[in-house]
Amino acid sequence: MTETELLTWVRGPGFQIATIIFVLGIILRLFEILMLGRKANLAEPKGSEMSSGLRTVFSRTIPDASTFKRSAFTVTAGYIFHIGLFVVIFLFAPHILLFKDIIGFGWPALPSTVIDATAVVTIITLVIVLVHRLRDPVKRFLSTFDDYLGWFVTILPLITGYIAFHRIGMSAPSLIAIHILSVELLMVVFPFTKLMHMFTLILARWYNGAISGYRGVQS
Amino acid sequence: MSASFEKGYNALKEQVDSTVAAFFSSCVHCGMCADACLFYTETGAPERTPIHKTEPLRRVWKQEYTLLGRIGKLFGIGEKVTDEMMEQWETLIYDSCTLCGRCTMVCPVGNDIAGMIRKTREGMAAAGHAPPGLIGATKRAVTIGSPMGVKLPALKAQIAHVEKDSGIKIPLDVEGADYMLLLSSMEIMNFPEFIDAVAKIFKHANVSWTISSEAFEATNSGIQIGASDIAAELVQRIVDAAAKLKVKNVISPECGHAYMAIRWDGPNLIGKSFDFKVVHILELLDDLRQQGRLKINGRLKERVTYHDPCQIARRGGVIDEPRNLIGMFADNFVEMPETGKMNWCCGAGGGVSSNERADEIRLQVFQRKKDQLDAIHVDGIISACSNCRIHLEDGLEEYHMEIPLLSLTETLAENLEES
Repeated sequence: MTETELLTWVRGPGFQIATIIFVLGIILRLFEILMLGRKANLAEPKGSEMSSGLRTVFSRTIPDASTFKRSAFTVTAGYIFHIGLFVVIFLFAPHILLFKDIIGFGWPALPSTVIDATAVVTIITLVIVLVHRLRDPVKRFLSTFDDYLGWFVTILPLITGYIAFHRIGMSAPSLIAIHILSVELLMVVFPFTKLMHMFTLILARWYNGAISGYRGVQS
Repeated sequence: MSASFEKGYNALKEQVDSTVAAFFSSCVHCGMCADACLFYTETGAPERTPIHKTEPLRRVWKQEYTLLGRIGKLFGIGEKVTDEMMEQWETLIYDSCTLCGRCTMVCPVGNDIAGMIRKTREGMAAAGHAPPGLIGATKRAVTIGSPMGVKLPALKAQIAHVEKDSGIKIPLDVEGADYMLLLSSMEIMNFPEFIDAVAKIFKHANVSWTISSEAFEATNSGIQIGASDIAAELVQRIVDAAAKLKVKNVISPECGHAYMAIRWDGPNLIGKSFDFKVVHILELLDDLRQQGRLKINGRLKERVTYHDPCQIARRGGVIDEPRNLIGMFADNFVEMPETGKMNWCCGAGGGVSSNERADEIRLQVFQRKKDQLDAIHVDGIISACSNCRIHLEDGLEEYHMEIPLLSLTETLAENLEES
């Protein structure tokens, strides 16, 4: 396979397969959760489930002051790499072109130098996060293969993207092909790992807020 | 109670619902729940991280309710729940967790971790891996009617004392009363002043009330050990008594888990809405305050704080009421650094105090409460749970601190205008 053939495959059939697994996988996982259902609460409510649930979906993004103090590293590093990922994935001009191709509309991009710097910060933060996971007694104790796999498939597209952007080592088509392949790996793995929290946390936070709100407590 | 691993496993399966599945799918092992749990912060033991305590339930969810887990199970791979594993988890789930729910408030993905530990207990109890102390208390609750073995004659004796001291008649089995008061065994045996205080306040505010001789026990060991069938039986006794006496309201006393049991879990345990309302004594008192039926003349000059019992505040929703009431008589009220829904547990709720095996650790983790108290220098701690009260007194003694413990209801009664 020539590098052009490789690039054509990862952009065509490869991307289609990854997208199908990604989308169907997510639907399957969400269905798997929701079809379990939950029992109606027979106790007389003291507050609203719906509004409290919706509130918590957003409010849980920001920890209260004392919790922030206790978990300052986890919270700060978490903010940095999540925002970094968002910026790099959604605000880079070539990515926006791809989204425009798929969904039919685009949005303004950030200058590529900003994206470049953000990618570096995000990669460094993810490395620090991994070191912290390996050294912190609680995180090391809790961590499983799933956590490390999720970390690996997340940092890989950042690194391959960075290398492709700076054309380091290989010709452009090969670098782009490797970058797209790493994204496809992420998409295929996504529904079956912790990465699913991107979607399920909306459910989890809603349930949390609903359970508390029903009893008249804002969580 | 005949227990077996199969029963335990099936009980865990029954506990899995969409909330549990969403929670486990979302956990990214960030470890923030450890920082929110006094059993971790005061011991530094990573295995006491709240989410780790739910591991038996997580494995059942994964193997039984996810596609990947089921495929894995077919090929004999994946982590299984075994009897040995459950045995290993027993001290984590019962001795190192008070179901206080602080972890639930900080989890960034929104997991109700305390709720999941509560569910895990259902499997543990059914498999026979519960602490002997709690099993004993639960058996006494079923056979005698009280976890501490308090029988009707003991209650009648305490009532006679209270009537003699206060000159107020305690209404027993009065049909058609507005309110039926429940009591915890701890109140009957250790703090009969509570009965006295309620009698004074109700006379002062002209509340029609009674105590049932058939269901006066408010506590529910079934929800602490995690045996829904037993918990339901204990709730049913109260429901039957309320129907027999035709009362419109049932009052949950100064006890945290009793409120959870009757107010929030009760109807769900018996599978039927109640025909009466459940109110916590603090909710009722605050209601009386709003109606202007409480006349205060005494003032509390000392610097006091309020300890929120977890099941009443964070898990129960009674947070403003105690502060409104304290505001009526206290001149110098101060909040602890983290308070209300973020208060730290005393360390002995959720069945920990009935579990002698946990005596050492509950006093060790009291350090958290000590730190909170050291920051505010108070002359008195007001609370509204006799279990918190006993343990706070224990902890203060252990750490050589001399701060008196006050019951909110009793303190209010002392400061009422003589009627």
